[in-house]
This record gives sequence, C-alpha cells and structure tokens, in this order.
Amino acid sequence: MNIDLVWIFISAMVVNNFTLFYFLGLCPFMGVSGRVATALRMGAADTFVLLITALVTWVLDTFVLPHAPYLTLISFIVTIASVVQIVEMAIKKYSPRLFHELGQFLPLITTNCAILYLAIFQTNRGYGFLEGLSFALGAGAGLTLALVLMASIREQVDLSRIPDVAEGSALIFLIAGFLSLAFMGFAGLLSAGS
Amino acid sequence: MAARTAKEDLVRGIWRENPVFVQLLGLCPALAVTNTVANGLAMGLATGFVAISSSIFISALRKVIPHGVRISTYVLIVGTFVTVVDLFMQATVPRVSQALGAFVYLIVVNCMILSRHEMFASKSPVWRSVLDAAGTSAGFLLALLLMGGIRELFSSGSLLGVDLLGPRFQPWLVMALPPGGFFTIAFILLGMNAWHRRREPRRVRKLMHDPVGSGAMS
Repeated sequence: MNIDLVWIFISAMVVNNFTLFYFLGLCPFMGVSGRVATALRMGAADTFVLLITALVTWVLDTFVLPHAPYLTLISFIVTIASVVQIVEMAIKKYSPRLFHELGQFLPLITTNCAILYLAIFQTNRGYGFLEGLSFALGAGAGLTLALVLMASIREQVDLSRIPDVAEGSALIFLIAGFLSLAFMGFAGLLSAGS
Repeated sequence: MAARTAKEDLVRGIWRENPVFVQLLGLCPALAVTNTVANGLAMGLATGFVAISSSIFISALRKVIPHGVRISTYVLIVGTFVTVVDLFMQATVPRVSQALGAFVYLIVVNCMILSRHEMFASKSPVWRSVLDAAGTSAGFLLALLLMGGIRELFSSGSLLGVDLLGPRFQPWLVMALPPGGFFTIAFILLGMNAWHRRREPRRVRKLMHDPVGSGAMS
C-alpha cells in the first residue's frame, strides 16, 4: 500500500512528467520560465492548486459523479475554479505575504490544462483519497522540476550569443525537446519497480 | 479588430495569425495528439466544432452575459459542447475516442478557443463570429495536420497508414514519442523565423518582441 503511494509519486514526478511527457501546462512553461525564482513560485502555486484539485475530485468522485456521470467535465471545471477562487480570497485575507508570492499565478493556473487532466486521470484510474494526494504531489513536483530546469537553462541562454533565427520560442521548444529526451531515460524506472 | 472585412475574419486565422505557429495558443493538444495524422485530424475537427458552436452561443448572448463572470460563462458553454463532442465520439468512433483519451476533455481549457471568445465573439455579430471561429479552427487543423504529417512520416514512414518510404526506411521512433513533438514544432518555428527574416527583416523583429500582439496567453 505505502509502496504504491511512493510509486505513484515517482511516476507522476519524473517518469510521466506532466510537462515533458504529457505536454500539459505548456503556456506557463513558456511564459514564466524566464527566471528561477519566478519558476519556483509558479511551481509552488501549481502544486498547491493540484492538491486542492485532488481533494475536490475525490469528493466529487465519491459523492456526486456516480449518480450523474455525464456531468464529469462541467462539475470539475466549475468546482475547481470556484474552490481555487475561494482559497485565493482566504489567503489574501489571512496571509498577504503568501498571497504576494503565489497570488498572481492562481487565477492563471485554474485554466491550466494540467489541473483538469489531474482530475480526469484520478477519476479514470480510480485513485482513492491518499493515492490522489500522492499523485497530485508528484505531479506538482514534476511541474516544478521542469519549470526550474527550464528557467536555469534560459538564464544561461540569456547570457550567450545565439543565432538570429533561433530567437524566441523556437529555442525554448528545442530545449524542451532535449529535456523531454533526457526524461525518457526515467522510463525504465517504472517497469523495474512494478 | 472588428473593423476589418468579413473575408479578413475568415482568412487571417488560417496562416497569418495561425493560432499554433504564430500566436502559440492551444499548444498542449497540438503537441500531445499529433503522433499520427489521423489523431490530429480528429482533434482538429472536434476542436473546430466546439469553437464554432460555442462562438455562436457567446456571440448571440453577448449582451446578456454579465461582464464580471464572462470567463466562467464561456467555460461553461464550451464545457457543454465538449461533453457533446465526447459523447458523440464515444458512440460513433470509439477507437479515435480512445486514442485521444483525456485530451478531448482538455478542449475545454484550450486557450485558442477562449482567446477567440474574449477578443472577438464577445464583441461581434453572430455570423462574423462564426467566420472568425471557422478561420481560426482551420488554422489550428492545418497546424495539427502539418505536425501529425511530419511526425507520422518520420516515425513510421507512412501517412494515414499508407506506406510511403518503402521497406528500407528505418523508423525514427523518437518522432512519435514526446520529444518528437517538441522538436517538430521547434523546427517549424525555426523555418518560419528564417523565412520571415529573409522576406521582411524589420517586421519580424517587431513580431519577435510581441508574438501574440496582445499578451493574451493563459
């Protein structure tokens, strides 16, 4: 049981990394990967929203969706968006400093496909409460890892001379390709473990 | 933007303001489901249906929807049509539906669709919103087909299952895997950069600094 939780975490973090394996959350990946400090904050905010999503999904899966399966998608978006909004307001009131660190990213994250994907994945695989939390933590750690790696590389790239044609997003995609290639090396980890 | 002609509404999304290659919107599906042409085609058509039908609704209701909750309203309307597409695909083409998996659901958070609603359908009459959504969807479909074509051709030597490169072709497996998606779009963008640079050096530099034109990425 506990071993399973660890494997779910590792699988979501490196083997099936959300950004580099499933292409989820690419917009923030391109947008806020300029600086390591920002990337870390974004990753933290991501993980936070993913955890809330896992909780909400578990509640919906257990109590609501068995009765109305056709509402899956709509109930996920509506509840996740509103819960994130409420949490955002709560943080703003009780911890302005944390809000300053995470707050600006929270509304953006709600429309991040990684969030919805987590909810759907959790439902399809029939994860329970703890498994869902472990999955969310792993996914968040994976997103943070990818963001920070990309930001560290881009900070170096800023200082180097690059060919004219590679300016802008083309180069970011190229770097992402190599990162993704490197992460494929983790694929053996999962089969060795299961 | 709405001051342009109706023909312009339809045409500009296809290439000059292509959602994927120029505006960098809707990247997740563009990379995730383009390992074969067939998947790209199905995804493009499904997204197009959702974009056009939700544009009709949003444009028709644009005076009724309160400004403060407009995004949530858009998402609800889009979500309804995505559910329709998903159920339709499960019933008629179960194999395609399985291949696309959860990415059919993810149409709902496709920033390309939301950006068209926010920037166009919410301010324009119904028929022009339809043209705009159709043009943008056609550009999206074109991008998916191009990506899917390149990736399928190199990864298996075939297009739509038809063998093209002969038995001596050594499959380039990585093109069907995730890194292949990143590399394909990177090389398409590199090619476009080079082409633009040769044609109009000055305009490109402006585009480079603000590729979206409005910063409407979510």
